[in-house]
Amino acid sequence: MSAAVAQAAAAPPRERTATRIVRALPSLFRVGFASAIAYRAEFLVWVLATNMPLVMLVLWTAVAREAPVGRFGEAQFVAYFLATLIVRMLTGSWVVWELNFEIRQGTIGMKLLRPIHPLIVYATDNLAAMPLRALVSLPVAVLALWWVGHGQLASDPVLWLVAPVAIVGAWAMTFCATSFIGTLGFFWDSSMSLFQLWLGFFFVFSGYILPLELLPSWLYAVVRWLPFRYLLSFPVEAMLGLVDREGALVALGIQWAYVAVFLALALWTWKRGLARYSAFGG
Amino acid sequence: MISVKHLVKHYRVHTRPPGLGAAVRSVFRRNYRAVPAVDDISFEIAAGERVGFLGPNGAGKTTTLKMLAGLLHPTSGEAIVAGHRPAARERDFLRSIMLVTGQKQQLLWDLPPSETFELNRAIYDVPREEFRRTVDELTELLDLAPLLGKPTRQLSLGERMKCELAAALLHRPKVLFLDEPTIGLDVTMQAGVRTFIKDYNERHGATVLLTSHYMDDVAALCPRVIVIDQGHLTYDGALDDLVREIQPEKRVTLRLSNPVSRADLDSLGGRVLSQDDAQAQLQVDGPSLRALVAQALARLPVADLTVEDPPLEEVLAGLFARSRAAAAVGRE
Repeated sequence: MSAAVAQAAAAPPRERTATRIVRALPSLFRVGFASAIAYRAEFLVWVLATNMPLVMLVLWTAVAREAPVGRFGEAQFVAYFLATLIVRMLTGSWVVWELNFEIRQGTIGMKLLRPIHPLIVYATDNLAAMPLRALVSLPVAVLALWWVGHGQLASDPVLWLVAPVAIVGAWAMTFCATSFIGTLGFFWDSSMSLFQLWLGFFFVFSGYILPLELLPSWLYAVVRWLPFRYLLSFPVEAMLGLVDREGALVALGIQWAYVAVFLALALWTWKRGLARYSAFGG
Repeated sequence: MISVKHLVKHYRVHTRPPGLGAAVRSVFRRNYRAVPAVDDISFEIAAGERVGFLGPNGAGKTTTLKMLAGLLHPTSGEAIVAGHRPAARERDFLRSIMLVTGQKQQLLWDLPPSETFELNRAIYDVPREEFRRTVDELTELLDLAPLLGKPTRQLSLGERMKCELAAALLHRPKVLFLDEPTIGLDVTMQAGVRTFIKDYNERHGATVLLTSHYMDDVAALCPRVIVIDQGHLTYDGALDDLVREIQPEKRVTLRLSNPVSRADLDSLGGRVLSQDDAQAQLQVDGPSLRALVAQALARLPVADLTVEDPPLEEVLAGLFARSRAAAAVGRE
């Protein structure tokens, strides 16, 4: 070890990294919010692109007009897809696009120069756009309550406690899973094709285009263990009381276990990917 | 402050011959070869020095800067910057350095530069009072006041570069890597950026390592230059010594009040580089300079006379030609 390195190593311990990050968070959120407001056109396009549940709502209510599908009549479908819209708006993440673009363009280098993990910056950027998303989704939620009535919402207070935690979990899972796929861009030029595959499974197995309990029972049994249910369907089920108390608590455990798994995967691929990126040149 | 020992960087590059067959084969089996970008370079830079890092395109300058900034891992060798191994990317290291590049930016595109400043304040954990003082100082030095509230996308290239420099310096880095900081800027803006960099270096004792294709940047800022060509270090020393070693001749420009003949110019003893009715330029070796100037003043209608070193571009071209010739001899 050279004298200079030894001198640096002997320096007194500094403040804990976590404390410094927490202190930086208000500014990160504030700047992230300012960015979300600046990208007005992009935000509007994103809102419009999230309207799939409304399309599904129209389709399924038309089907249910003839006869209920399972336990879903017209009112149940309306409540389900409005809840889906709300959850989707509050849990969406675009980090995979940002990571892919910045890795390919080499602009991620500017983020790497800063003494904070870039995934924290992406996460705060994502969360800072939340108030704007809420601005869109909350009026919808109020409208839904007024329209479909209290009867469609969960009556168990425990489910009302579970629902917000499940929404936070769904965001965390979405962010970590898509960060994991995005960081694969360090290794693989075609990481976005993997994301397309992920998206395909998400549409079918998350409850985005139909309630999962309408799937064939054998498939529903499999889907309950896949991650996709916990990205969307589970928070919706908790909001509408489609799951009982015990099932909700088990699902919450599974969901947060998935959060931990995807976070570990994202951090691992980030570390390995960065070493590889640094080896190849950015 | 910067210590580089036998630093090597090889890139692994995928290669395949042209043609459909080769394209299909490359799906199953890829061929790679190692391309040396930096090949065994060593140098030391003391705290507070301003050093020009020069070389033609593809010489390995940016690769070296990226290794020193912790963005690239060396294939072998050692680099120590501000007491840290850059590849480890420790927080204290990242707080000690900054890389500013004319081609990539850290400013938030749709927000005013003041928002990027605030973001950097938070990330680098700069105390608010110190931050305010630094922003005030940078605003004054770089004349940023009218720019701070405009969205970055509405700023000109030069204005963006000034804000980029300010954003990079808010945490007062001890080591500043500048990669083509004046690229694309007009002459006035280039001069402004140069003055600012020199001023920052003198005020804060920061170490500056600069790459630039504009030799005016190097001449104005860097008493010392390190020259790299094809990954090899070919010169490390004072800029003046480099000029004297490679191009010891002086360039004499005569502004003439009346036209003179070519024979009159030839008779002065130097080599005539150019001539028209109003001006002539000659090149002469150092010992003959005094005699040539005396002759010109005595015999020709000289209205004005300047003596300069040859342009730095020519000096470097001479150095590159010499080092490549030496490398070719070495290979034979």
